[in-house]
Amino acid sequence: MTTPPARFDAREASQWFFRHGHTGWLGLRFADQGDNWVELELPWREDLLGDRSRPVLASGPIISLMDMASGMAIWQASGSFNPVATLDLRVDYQRPARERASVRGRVECYRRTRSAAFVRGIAHDGDPDDPVAHVAGVFMTIGADPREANPALGPAMNGGEPDA
Amino acid sequence: MPEGQEGLEELPAYARSLGIAVSGEDAGMPVLTVDFGPMVEGRPAHFHGGATAGLLETAGYAALRTALLAAGRDPQLKPINITVQYLAAGKSKPSFAIGRITRLGRRNANVTVEAWQDDRSRPIATAVMNILMV
Repeated sequence: MTTPPARFDAREASQWFFRHGHTGWLGLRFADQGDNWVELELPWREDLLGDRSRPVLASGPIISLMDMASGMAIWQASGSFNPVATLDLRVDYQRPARERASVRGRVECYRRTRSAAFVRGIAHDGDPDDPVAHVAGVFMTIGADPREANPALGPAMNGGEPDA
Repeated sequence: MPEGQEGLEELPAYARSLGIAVSGEDAGMPVLTVDFGPMVEGRPAHFHGGATAGLLETAGYAALRTALLAAGRDPQLKPINITVQYLAAGKSKPSFAIGRITRLGRRNANVTVEAWQDDRSRPIATAVMNILMV
């Protein structure tokens, strides 16, 4: 195992990850972490609604939230920031989020092999025992990529080519 | 009202806010597009998987809404689930997506969606969605 300062830390990485790009636009925030899991928060926002009739977050941003939490859970579990590419992500919606509620996504990486990482998690709006959605996903590890000049900008949560 | 315009009005706030727009139609189904930019960027110069999923999902709903309007139906749509397969990296250029109704039932629909960039025959991602209609 590496020493603590060298180890990937989701809380620390969040300071960089959410300044830019898609996750910055969504306004994702770090919420909590464990050895192999990460919880992020998607704040409620008027322009992220999915339905004109109800003030409820759209499901698209919830996929983004879970995708990002998945990648960070994998890095948290492995202890290092190696690029991963989403291969398959499944979201089962249990119910709409409450009106004007932020949504939290908690994902754990329960298994890693040399080439794949398996994740599962829930999205909830306050009570983890009453989830908004369940997710399951498989990611490919794509090894250290020298093109990633700035690791802070490099959450490879973009469905990159597994053979890249 | 022309088909395309109807489809455009159906796009939810999230989709419009992300820059998703109707770019045309194919076989009666709307083709949706989103330009590359900071709002959809994951790792440098590539689409974030979540943004790609958002485009797929929006195209799936637009296709279903189009099929329902053609059938004279206007139910409320609720997501049951979505499975996204990522096939290739989304590069820094526009992405497109179109949905196909695999099965339109009374209470639920199964929709298949494909997203591509330059070459329609080389999709960057696909999705299958089950949608409840109430």
